[in-house]
Amino acid sequence: MAVTKRLRVDMIACDGHGVCAELFPERIQLDDWGFPIIDDAPIPERLLKDARRAVTLCPALALQLVDDTRR
Amino acid sequence: MTIVEAAQGRQRRATPPAGLPRLLANPTSRLDEHLDAHGPVPRLRPEALIALVERAGLRGRGGASFPTATKLRAVASGRRTVVVANACEGEPASAKDATLLTQAPHLVLDGLAVAAAAVGARDAVIATERGRTEVLDVLAHALQARAEAGVDHVPVRLVTVPPRYLAGEESALVHFLNGGEAKPTSVPPRPYERGVHRRPTLVQNVETLAHLALVVRHGDAWFRSIGAAEEPGSALFTVSGAVVNPGVYEAALGTPIPSMLVAAGGTTADVSAVLVGGYFGTWVPASALGSVTLDNRSLSAVGAALGCGVVAALPASRCGVAEAARVAAYLAAETAGQCGPCVNGLGSVSAAMDALARGQDVAGATAALHRWFGMIAGRGACRHPDGAIRFVKSALHTFADEITRHQRGMCTATDRAPVLPVPHSSPGGISWR
Ligand SMILES: Cc1cc2nc3c(=O)[nH]c(=O)nc-3n(C[C@H](O)[C@H](O)[C@H](O)COP(=O)(O)O)c2cc1C
Ligand code: SF4
Ligand code: SF4
Repeated sequence: MAVTKRLRVDMIACDGHGVCAELFPERIQLDDWGFPIIDDAPIPERLLKDARRAVTLCPALALQLVDDTRR
Repeated sequence: MTIVEAAQGRQRRATPPAGLPRLLANPTSRLDEHLDAHGPVPRLRPEALIALVERAGLRGRGGASFPTATKLRAVASGRRTVVVANACEGEPASAKDATLLTQAPHLVLDGLAVAAAAVGARDAVIATERGRTEVLDVLAHALQARAEAGVDHVPVRLVTVPPRYLAGEESALVHFLNGGEAKPTSVPPRPYERGVHRRPTLVQNVETLAHLALVVRHGDAWFRSIGAAEEPGSALFTVSGAVVNPGVYEAALGTPIPSMLVAAGGTTADVSAVLVGGYFGTWVPASALGSVTLDNRSLSAVGAALGCGVVAALPASRCGVAEAARVAAYLAAETAGQCGPCVNGLGSVSAAMDALARGQDVAGATAALHRWFGMIAGRGACRHPDGAIRFVKSALHTFADEITRHQRGMCTATDRAPVLPVPHSSPGGISWR
């Protein structure tokens, strides 16, 4: 079975630029203070490219795509 | 009998305390008296030790009630491990760890040695807050006596941490011990995976360790002989507020809350609610007091948990909303300032609680609070915001009638003197190192 991926944010590193929410609105919303609320459900194949772009462009390197090891 | 004879007296086994207290049965800070009362620590192999703790069903007493055997096993599987006794007790309403350390320091240090043996540790640390002179004094003497008697196989380092609520959070403690600020780090890796000097680290509350020291001496059947079925043993409770004799009391898990208040001399006034579990805890309304007991299974029915064993009775003459607002402000000020949803979220929550306490824009503040609860929980690097939210949420629930009164410009409180202790918080004033 293929390993599914999900997004994870390192809240200590994140400084609330909000870039990620603009790049990947399908899965990232901002809270009342401008910090990302991340839907941590597995990311389907068709959205992986957008997810990767958000990860790469986060200025604080706070976003990660991790293997979804939960069952 | 000399200290060394007592320490080596394998044949001597003290009789286990039959009822209660257990931890506080033989208060002494002297090693010889301690060994006379309790006997030496039996030496067991790591696997046997962990299996014994598992059969005993011991759970952590630092707040999360996590099964101790599970943690021991996780750390034991690593190499060159470290054990840390968490004596920080940052919780303002709690005094149980300080009481235990001054009355039975050797029980805690025995437990630390047992934990070290169970996980194969070569290094041990006991960490407490800076400025707690009595605790530090007792511990320094106790450690010296043990070194002279040669009772410990692993050296123990005594470390003081900044007096901040967050310093006792395990990743913050590990970060501090590694030379950093006493602020949480992003997990994973958790301390049991990579902690002090990047080694697998067991962080255990001092009360948990003291229970461990008795379990290894008297066995799992003895440990389970009191307490609730799924949560066996006794625990230390800090009882405060509207009781005759505020203080630390040892009771079986599963003790009814009213009995706990009776143990503290009974109540001094009508009680409107009892805060159970500390500042991450839950307000249990007077109407529910008769139906819940002090164990997680029973408490969960009213959304509460044991936490660190705080039981604070609020007199009906005081305003629960004002009490909750003061604590919320304290928790917001004690943020480690690292995560947006915690720094901003708890700040917003505290401001809204203040509005409720003053009766300003009650409807707006209440709606905002409910919106923020879902927005804050689970979004910090540590559980600080989750704990704070739990506390505020329960205040809104338990003091709903009072909040409605505030909306109409009324308040039932006849006495404004604060009940729950809130240390002077000077953000930026107290260093994180
Ligand atoms: C904000 C925060 C503060 C904490 N402070 C303490 C503390 O002062 N003492 C303590 O023993 N545990 C404290 N804890 C819990 C520890 O992180 C850890 O779970 C505990 O020391 C583990 O020991 P136990 O399993 O024996 O309970 C705190 C947790 C949080 C989230
Ligand atoms: S782009 Fe990065 S730093 Fe900015 S909000 Fe998103 S995760 Fe945080
Ligand atoms: S959640 Fe709050 S207290 Fe915990 S690390 Fe983040 S800022 Fe600090």
